[in-house]
Amino acid sequence: MDAITENLDAFWSGFLTSLGICLWAMVGSLFLGTVLAGCRVSPVPPLRAFGTWWVTTFRNTPLTVVLFFFAFGLPAIGINASFYFFGVSGLVVYTSAFVCEAIRSGINSVSAGQAEAARSIGLTFGQSLTLVVLPQALRTVVPPLGSVIIAMFKNSAVVGAFGVGGDLFSTGATLTSAQGYANLPVITGVAIGYLAITLPAGAILQVIERRVAISR
Amino acid sequence: MKLRRKILTASLAATIIGLSACGGGGDDEATAPVEDSPEFEAGTTMAELAEQGSIVVGTKYDQPGFGLENLEGELEGFDVEIAKIIAAALGIAAEDIEYMETPSAVREEVIEDGDVDLVAATYTINEERALRITFAGPYYQAGQQIMVLTDNDTITGPDSLMENPDAIVCSVTGSTPSQNIQEYLASPEQLVLFEEYSLCADALTNGQVQAVTTDNVILAGFVSGSDGEFKLVGEQFTEEPYGIGIEKGDVAFCEFINETLAAAAESGAYEEAWETTAGMIEGAELPELPEPAPCA
Repeated sequence: MDAITENLDAFWSGFLTSLGICLWAMVGSLFLGTVLAGCRVSPVPPLRAFGTWWVTTFRNTPLTVVLFFFAFGLPAIGINASFYFFGVSGLVVYTSAFVCEAIRSGINSVSAGQAEAARSIGLTFGQSLTLVVLPQALRTVVPPLGSVIIAMFKNSAVVGAFGVGGDLFSTGATLTSAQGYANLPVITGVAIGYLAITLPAGAILQVIERRVAISR
Repeated sequence: MKLRRKILTASLAATIIGLSACGGGGDDEATAPVEDSPEFEAGTTMAELAEQGSIVVGTKYDQPGFGLENLEGELEGFDVEIAKIIAAALGIAAEDIEYMETPSAVREEVIEDGDVDLVAATYTINEERALRITFAGPYYQAGQQIMVLTDNDTITGPDSLMENPDAIVCSVTGSTPSQNIQEYLASPEQLVLFEEYSLCADALTNGQVQAVTTDNVILAGFVSGSDGEFKLVGEQFTEEPYGIGIEKGDVAFCEFINETLAAAAESGAYEEAWETTAGMIEGAELPELPEPAPCA
């Protein structure tokens, strides 16, 4: 276990980088996914088509390919930004497709009478969605949404391979190949690092689930 | 149209050559003649391998010039040729060598676990690694250098990176060059890491990074393939002696490998191994066999 204790600072900075990527991507994908779900259930056909296209494209493309297009495709057509931004954006775009579908399933679980009632008292589509339907939809989809977000935390390991560097997984690679530490302890350290992100996230999700639960 | 036909003919010709090479069954002419049942002291690794008539070699499958799997699934490169020279001295023919892919991260492990008999995989000799395995050789002395776009005049070597804190340098995750370059950087943000050097070259073309750094031979390959787009700047600023990894403490085998390498340098087999592999990269100079390090 020397490999871990001797390199605590490397693991710590890797952990912080990974945590940063995860938090940015979580905020981004939850927001974007919710907007997309709104698009998919909206009465405007072009928005529906856009939402469907987005989900079909990004849910069915491997994450590495999406990240590759962000890191190398966009600069090739003149859009340039830091690799960190590209990496997080790629992760957001990819995960938002899954978030959208989880939320849409929640929206479908809200009985049609709710939306009809909201419309009949004069709320617009946007109002009935944000004030009546989504608040009920979101609380039913906390568990699947949590799984999507935790999967995204683990997917953040892939971002390190696209120029971001310094995240937990790349730190492990540096320790094993350049500095010659044995793989097993280092990878164990990497695993502990990711668990330190995902386990608390799971616990928080459980608290949220209990708080927002409603009986129907 | 004409061009397309030319390409078609060329690829057809290549296929036929490739097929006939396969059909030949035998390997391309071995660079060193295979010893006829050589005698070794009983109990040594050499005796064991010679008796067994086969050897397991760990190498890279994705390093142009050193260890690269070609389209026929055969390995070619300087590391592979060096392994063939050692095998030949043990009386093992090239077709009796079994290869195992050993990317940088697993090289010490496969030796410690006894999965391979030796590793020749652009394996830089350093102290940390020598704690776990024994290095024979070195058989080649590489050095780290910097590659930039041809029209770049601001970066002239590693020292100009400190003066240009906006210049981003690209290298590969977990590589020694990525470690070595850090002392030349104004901040850690100046370093971008990918899985492969080809991605670094793409990023350089796109202008996302301003420099790529790794061992000179690897960069020379990119420069020669870039059609004048890239150039090398500055001197080699590190020494990367490539050694052959064997089981920790096997001094006899280490000395045997060093003697074999010296004999190969004398007979011209070493030179031929270089000329037919890494030496074909434009700008790569024929190396002298470096002085062997003491075996321990």
